[in-house]
Amino acid sequence: MVQTAYNFKEVMSKPERLAPGHRMCAGCGGTITVRNVLRALKEGDKAVIGNATGCLEVSSYMYPYTAYEDSYIHNAFENAGATLSGVETAYNVLKKKGKIKDTYKFITFGGDGGTYDIGFQSLSGAMERGHDMVYVCYDNGAYMNTGTQRSSATPQFADTTTTPAGSVSAGKVQIRKDLAAIIAEHHVPYVGQTTFTSNFKDLYTKAQKAIYTPGAAFLNVMSPCPRGWGYETSELMNICKLAIDTCYWPLFEVIDGQWILSYEPKKKLPIEEFLKPQRRFRHLFKKENEELIGLFQEEVDRRWEELKNRCN
Amino acid sequence: MAIRERLSGNEAVAYAIKQINPDVMPAFPITPSTEIPQYVATYIANGEIDTEFIHVESEHSAMSATIGASAAGARALTATSSCGMALMWEELYVAASDRLPIVLALVNRALTGPININADHSDSMGARDSGWIQIYAESNQEVYDNFIQAFPIAEHEKVHLPVMICQDGFITSHGVENILLVEDDKVKAFVGEYEPEHYLLNPNEKMAVGPYAVSNYYMETKRAQRQAMLEARQVILDVAKKFEEMTGRHYAFFEEYRMEDAEYAVVIIGSAAGTCKAAIEHIRSTTGKKVGLVKIRVFRPFPEEELAKALAHVKAVAIMDRSEMFSATSGPLGAEVRAALYQAKSSVDTVNYFYGLGGRDITVADFEQVYENLEKMARTHEPVGMYGYIGLRSEQGKEV
Repeated sequence: MVQTAYNFKEVMSKPERLAPGHRMCAGCGGTITVRNVLRALKEGDKAVIGNATGCLEVSSYMYPYTAYEDSYIHNAFENAGATLSGVETAYNVLKKKGKIKDTYKFITFGGDGGTYDIGFQSLSGAMERGHDMVYVCYDNGAYMNTGTQRSSATPQFADTTTTPAGSVSAGKVQIRKDLAAIIAEHHVPYVGQTTFTSNFKDLYTKAQKAIYTPGAAFLNVMSPCPRGWGYETSELMNICKLAIDTCYWPLFEVIDGQWILSYEPKKKLPIEEFLKPQRRFRHLFKKENEELIGLFQEEVDRRWEELKNRCN
Repeated sequence: MAIRERLSGNEAVAYAIKQINPDVMPAFPITPSTEIPQYVATYIANGEIDTEFIHVESEHSAMSATIGASAAGARALTATSSCGMALMWEELYVAASDRLPIVLALVNRALTGPININADHSDSMGARDSGWIQIYAESNQEVYDNFIQAFPIAEHEKVHLPVMICQDGFITSHGVENILLVEDDKVKAFVGEYEPEHYLLNPNEKMAVGPYAVSNYYMETKRAQRQAMLEARQVILDVAKKFEEMTGRHYAFFEEYRMEDAEYAVVIIGSAAGTCKAAIEHIRSTTGKKVGLVKIRVFRPFPEEELAKALAHVKAVAIMDRSEMFSATSGPLGAEVRAALYQAKSSVDTVNYFYGLGGRDITVADFEQVYENLEKMARTHEPVGMYGYIGLRSEQGKEV
């Protein structure tokens, strides 16, 4: 595995592999995820980028323009894992036959809808078969492309268009699925969970490990969505910081079955700090819903303890 | 010298795959096509071919991975049946619109509802509008020969369309028959090395596949697919001619059997054509009545002009469908043949029969009855209705 000391300036000066001019929203976390994961590719290495249907796909490859500097394939919503399996297998055969000389890496992006839900089977299959590829979930916690419908990645109590907060509803009923743990249970060599930290080191180094660890790798990147979450676009980095400092979104990795905590806040902040700037949780701050924030906190604490136990 | 063998339809297709030695085969088991990936896996296990097998977790993923492999620049194929094809439905359209020269070995089986593992054409007929070339076989020999012709058609620069090679579940796929195999080196030379022009792993260019195309572009992609389907007609005939030069076996859009003087004709697809031929021989030898058969080989692109010409001189036609489409007028083959006849301003009497659904047997006696019905229809010119069922256990069946 290649790992060099992280130099922010150097990393950020690498040529962009997602060209500007795509149609993603201002303040979109998904785009930031793509740009920064692709930065982890060595400059001489070629890549084929896969993509599940979603915001990213319809905004970055609208015929006849593609925003990708690399070869790219979108197939459908639920099959990014299987599609890249085919590409990677073709590479192995053609390389063996001497028809390809270059080194290619295979990275596919899917939102949480295409990854946690409709594409879950295809992802699980690709991981279990151990293709040398990285599946990156840009997790924005709902079906944002179709207008913020709940997914199994949506946090409990979030107000979405299919779990609206109403006079007898406090938003989504269920707690969210822990996909990184599920993929780790596939015993793939690398799983990382991350988001945007101030210097992007965590995302960059995890992307680098995911791409350059032989075998199947999975990255789960919390990628906030200003439209679905309801925050000012300038607040993006603060939201991410609050997500990790409240331990709502812990940063960790699982290398060959070993769980490693990447970050432990000096002072764990109460969950209100993360919930407050977001419109989707506005209803929780009504007087009658006070206890729900307590329940949210309990779930965050329970998962944080569980994770720390796994990392010991 | 051709190799004399005895093989089932599945074995014959698997053997053709072995001779072609394709790059990538993702597949998921489903009766009655399961043997094809099993045989291929065995060839791989014994080092007989270089193909990489992908053990996908569903048929949707089988076609998805085949699309990925083909877009990447590999010669890729898969095999399935029935509900397996239904699960890949979405991907059939993607494969065709991405213009990928994928080959699918389809072993026709009834779609579930109720579940049934036997032959009918509801799977491929349901996919007839997906943009795939569809080639059907009567026998093991034909499905083997069709399979060898599949990649040269699919990969032709004027075509670039996926091809479905269909055979009837169990009847053809599991029935063992004598077969003439082409020598390995001849097959390899016939199919040739795959050298795609544009592909994801091309060292000289980057490529993007599967765009979001808004209203300004979508319609042109469909028209371009139609053009490829039109061009495919000549390519299918050219490939068949080349194949005939190699083997002596003749193929076209359809086979005309005793049609030169026929007054009453059946139009049919697949293995039941063999039963119909036996009925024709029996009728002709015992009564002298002029009965004949048109067996459709290529259903997509549909050879409407050629077919209308082949039926121009007959008095009455029975169009035989092995799948329902619950239309008030006909089954899928019935609709196509009648449209072709109408466009050719033919006024021949037609009737459309449904037969063999879910593997229901059809006999020589059934076909003799069909020809009797045609004779009566032509004599009286009395409308007999748009369609009928053959071999039903209920009272309605006796209408036929």
